[in-house]
Formats: sequence, C-alpha cells, structure tokens
Amino acid sequence: MDIQTTAQIINFLAAMVLLTAFGMLVQRRIYGLIHLFAWQGLFLSVSTAIVGYAAGRHHLYISAVLTLTLKVILLPYILNVLIHKLKIRKEIETVVNVPLTMLIGIALVIFSYSLTAPVREMSTLVTRSILAIALATVMIGLLMMITRRHAVTQIIGFLAMENGLFFAATSATYGMPLVVELGLFFAATSATYGMPLVVELGVAIDILIAAFIFGIFFFHINTTFDSLDVEQMARLKEGE
Amino acid sequence: MPLLILLGVPLFAAVVLAFVGDRKYAPEINIAGSAATFLAGLDLALDVYNNGPMLAGNKFFFVDAFNVYLAVLTSFVSMTTAIFSRRYMRREREHGRVGHWGMRFYHAMFQLFIFAMLLCLLTNNVGVLWIAMELATLSTVLLVSLYRTPTAIEAAWKYFILCGVGIAQALFGTVLLYFASEKVLGEGGEALLWTNLIQSSGKLEPTILSLAFVFLMVGYGTKVGLVPLHNWLPDAHSEGPTPISAVLSGLLLNVALYALVRCKAIVDGSTHTHYAGNIMMGFGIISILVAAFSLLRQKDIKRMFSYSSIEHMGIATFAFGLGGPIATYGALLHMLVHSLAKSSIFFTVGHASQMHRTQEMDKIKGLIRGNPLVGWGMMFGAMAIVGMPPFGIFTSEFLILTATIKDAPLMTPFLLLGLAVAFAAVFRKVQPMVAGEIPPYQKSMKVANAPVLLHMAIVLAVGLYMPVFLNQWFHKAVQILK
Repeated sequence: MDIQTTAQIINFLAAMVLLTAFGMLVQRRIYGLIHLFAWQGLFLSVSTAIVGYAAGRHHLYISAVLTLTLKVILLPYILNVLIHKLKIRKEIETVVNVPLTMLIGIALVIFSYSLTAPVREMSTLVTRSILAIALATVMIGLLMMITRRHAVTQIIGFLAMENGLFFAATSATYGMPLVVELGLFFAATSATYGMPLVVELGVAIDILIAAFIFGIFFFHINTTFDSLDVEQMARLKEGE
Repeated sequence: MPLLILLGVPLFAAVVLAFVGDRKYAPEINIAGSAATFLAGLDLALDVYNNGPMLAGNKFFFVDAFNVYLAVLTSFVSMTTAIFSRRYMRREREHGRVGHWGMRFYHAMFQLFIFAMLLCLLTNNVGVLWIAMELATLSTVLLVSLYRTPTAIEAAWKYFILCGVGIAQALFGTVLLYFASEKVLGEGGEALLWTNLIQSSGKLEPTILSLAFVFLMVGYGTKVGLVPLHNWLPDAHSEGPTPISAVLSGLLLNVALYALVRCKAIVDGSTHTHYAGNIMMGFGIISILVAAFSLLRQKDIKRMFSYSSIEHMGIATFAFGLGGPIATYGALLHMLVHSLAKSSIFFTVGHASQMHRTQEMDKIKGLIRGNPLVGWGMMFGAMAIVGMPPFGIFTSEFLILTATIKDAPLMTPFLLLGLAVAFAAVFRKVQPMVAGEIPPYQKSMKVANAPVLLHMAIVLAVGLYMPVFLNQWFHKAVQILK
C-alpha cells in the first residue's frame, strides 16, 4: 500500500467514525445505540491497525486488539446484560429537536477543524486530519450527554467521547505510549521508554473500573428513582 | 525507599481493609495505615530537604520541594481524618445510615483514594498523572453515594459524569502535549516525563501547547472546582459522609490544582507569554466572585463550606496565574492553610450535624454551650477561613493581595469584593449556630478532639510565625515555578 491509498482508507474510516457519532446523536432506541457504539469501536480498531501497518508501528496492533475486545465486545456485552437485567429493553427515548441537534453537531465539527488547524499544518503524518475528527467525536459525545436524559444513553455518550480520545491518541500521533504497548512490548520498551506498561494498564483499568461503577449506578438509580431517567434527579438545586 | 513505603502503605492498607471489612478494629487499622503513610512522607520530605530534588524508579517518580510538601500535607490530613472518622463512622453505623458492606467499602476506598492522590503528586509522567487523577475520582464516586439516599445518588452521578467529562478533556490536552513533545523528544514514554518536558519546553511548538492548555485547564479545572465547571462540587461535598467531604475539600482540590500548575509551567516555558497565567487568573477571579455570592444563599452547612472551598481554590488559582515570587509564595501557603482549616471545619461540621441530626443551618444552634470544642472549633475555623488575623490564611491572602495591587491593579477591587462578601456571608451564618441556647433536640456526644486542635494550632502558628524550614521550602518551590 502506498501512502496515498493508506491515507484515503484512514480518512474513510475516520469519516465512518464521525458518521456513527452522528447516528448515535439521533438514535432513539437503546439497543440501536449500543450497536452503533460497537460499530464505532470497530472502525476505530481497523483504523488503528492500518495506521500501525502503514507507519510500521507494530505495537499499534495490540492497541487495535485491545479496542476490539474492550469497545466492540466487552462493553457492548456488559451494557446488553445490564439492560436485560434492568428490563429496559423496550424503552424508547424522546429525542428533542433532531434537526437542531444535528445542526449543533455540524457546527461542532467545523469548530473542531478550525481549532486544530494550526496543529494540522505542522503535522507531517499521513493521519494529520484525524485530530480534527477525533476532537469532533469528543464534542459530539459531549453534546449527546447534554441532550439525553437517560442514564444509559449518557454513559454511551461518555464512552463515545472516550472513543474520540482514543482515536486522537493512536491515529493522530502514531500511538502514544499512553494507550499502547500491552504486555508483549514491555520488556523491549521499558529500557528506553520509561514504563509504558504501567501507563497503558492504568488507562485500561480506569475504563474497566468506570464500567463497573456505572453498572452499580444503574441499579442504584433504578431502585431509588424507579427509572433510569436522570430528569428525575433534580433535588439538589440552589435553594432560594 | 521512603517513596515506595509512602505509596505502598495506603495501597496495602486498602487491600487489608477490604478483607477486614466491618470488624471492630477496622478504624484502628485505617488510622495506623495513615499514620505510617504520614511518617514515610516526613522521611521523604527530610530527604528532599537535605539532598534536593530527586528522580527515582527509572525516572518514573520525581520529587521536589513543590510536590513533597503537598504529599506531606496529604498524608497528614488523611491521618487526622482517619482519627476523626473512627468515632464518626461508628456513630453513622449505629444510626443505620451505613451498612456492613458500606463500612468495608468506606475504609478500603479511603485508603485507595489516598494512594491515588499521592501517586498523582509524586509521578513524573503526565500520563500517569492523568490516570491517578481519574483513579482518585473513581474511588470517591461510590463513597459520595454511600448513604444511598436519592440526593446522595444524584450527587454522585453528577460527580461521576461531570468529572468524567472534565477529565476526558484533560486527556485530550495530554495527547496534544505528547503530539508536540514527540517531535522534540522522540516517540515513547520519555516524551511524557515532566522533567524532560520542562527542560525542552523552549523547543515545543507554542501554538499546539496553547491549544493543549485550554483542554488541560478545562479538564483539571473541573476537578479544582472552578466556576463555571463547579456544579458537581457542592453536591458531592455535601451529600457524602463528612470525613470524605473533609478530604475532598482539603486534599483533592489541591491535587488537581497541582496538576494544573505543573502543566502551566510547561506551557509557559514554550509560549514565553503570560497566556496560561491570564486564563488561570480569569477562571480564578470568576470563581471567587460567584462562590462568594453563592455563599450568601446557602441553607445547608456542608454546602456552604463547599462554596467556600470554591472561593479559596479560586484565590489560589488566581495567585498561581498572577505568577511572580510573592503571589506564588502566597498561593503555596494558601493551599496549605486552606487545606488544614477547611478539613478542621468539616470535622466540627460533622460533629454539629450529628448532634442535631440535620445539616440545615437554621436548626443548628447553641454549639458553644452544647459542646465547647465543637462550637469554638467552628467559630475559630470560620474566622480563619474568612481570612482574619492572626490565622495563616490572613497571611497568604495578604501576600496575594499585595502582589495583585502591584502586578494587576485592575483586579484588586474584584478580589477585595469577593473576600468581603465571603467574610460577611460566612460570619452571618456561623454566628447564630455557635451562639445561643441549646435547642431541646440537641444531643451531646463524645468527639475526637485531637484533629481539630492540631489543625487549628498549625493554622494559627503559621499565621504568627513562619517556621524557617517551611519558609525555605516555599522559596525553593517558588524557584521551581518561576
């Protein structure tokens, strides 16, 4: 593969990541959301692997596999089980004002491009435009968390944000030691690169603990409020 | 070696306490663990004091005058909080507010939280700094919802989501930082080490670093509780158990500010302008003003003192942003005395709310007659926190004010307004609580004296006379941050 084709494939995958982000913004069904989230993870994983191949950074393969297991298999599975246990399968959420949300989303993409413009000009990497899309994905995840009222949807928005961050960390910089190098490369890299294993494990563990915590939370919220609608949480306000 | 003990003890204690669970001696193990951590911290501080900054563990840890004083402070306050929480949590258990699993969880997570904060302070790797920050959040989220009341769950959810979002922005900032530094320092872990970054900060691309700082500011600023990112803070600090409020207000905010200041040093080295400082000053002054006016309308005692924490963090952020030796010295001192005074206030608040079985200020009365230590403790704590002489906060605020008049005179009226409003608000609310007759529903109880007395004594002593070693220490830290 020459540079040109690689760049095109990666840009295509980046576009798909962004597309799934927009899809999640307006998807009403929770199951549909989880599917879209899994697809986003898949595009991310493939893109990471291709960057790894093209740039000759083989440790990115490990990142790709890690994304695949964590974001495409494990987290959607956990979410599915939780939804099943909490019996909220059929719950459909009303999404307020789809056209407006979409327009804000588009504005966020433009904003991300203009914000990262100075960085793009300096970059020599094949993947230089990825940073803008990664930032846009983070912003859209944030928007989703603001506009949605369901606890599960808010968490999916949060995870989508993390997808954007991961995208930035792996593809835009050819793999930060932060999110790569699991186990295998430890012996080879520790001597020269400090302790990336610790860093990497730390991020993975943080995500897993977060998953554990929101699982517990769903149960607490459900039993206390009889619903996972966070709109009901409005007791803590500034008293007049 | 003391470094390993310092980090190892809380982690080990967390595991032990997870197994010990709700047994009778669990609080004692908690105290012993925290005391050992404190001793290790002192030992490390002595080492750094005599031999200067040190790198350890294959450059993984970096200890200098700036972070070691915060590490000692963190381990000290966690020790006194553990002493305070022994009786407090036992009583909560008797009242049935916490169950068997709750107690197990509480003790284990308390130690894990201390570990996360110490790791955050001592690591040299800005990636690990981020991870430890996230770990500190995650370990306290479920402690905030420990009582399982609707409001507690709401507060914890808010804390989880808002801090999660905030800290995600900080990770994006860290990625950008790496993006800039790998061009200079090469790929790999070396490019994330703070000592390397600060050395070669002049070669880092200023535009990327300016952008990175915006994200780092929003991210770590959320954890510092700066307005307008502060929404989670009053809820989380008021709904959780009081010992947790004490460590969240007294310690976690400091640690987050520490992370921000370290990042600022790198950005300053690259841009050579006052850009990062100006952003911090802006966030700081808005926090001071908004928090001061919010103080006026609080009804819940813990909520009120949480807003006071936002105000004080605003002052410290403002001072670090202002820069210069006097303001930085003031900010460092402010972090120390605020942390001690605020956690001591939370101890007395915890006792007061247990005596009255409520956190509403209207119903808390006659504290001095009911229990002189709690009453006077809260009174003096409030006097210290609003910046009355001779307490240490007066000294630090005076230094910051002097520097403001000299370097940023236009900001002076805003700063003074914030301080004055906060002064009036806190006094107006605290005075009726401590004075007056004992209400019929007040219960008398034994309280832990040592933590409050110890904290207030230090705050007073620092205000009267600055010890030589502390003075030298701060001067060294100012040198690092200049």
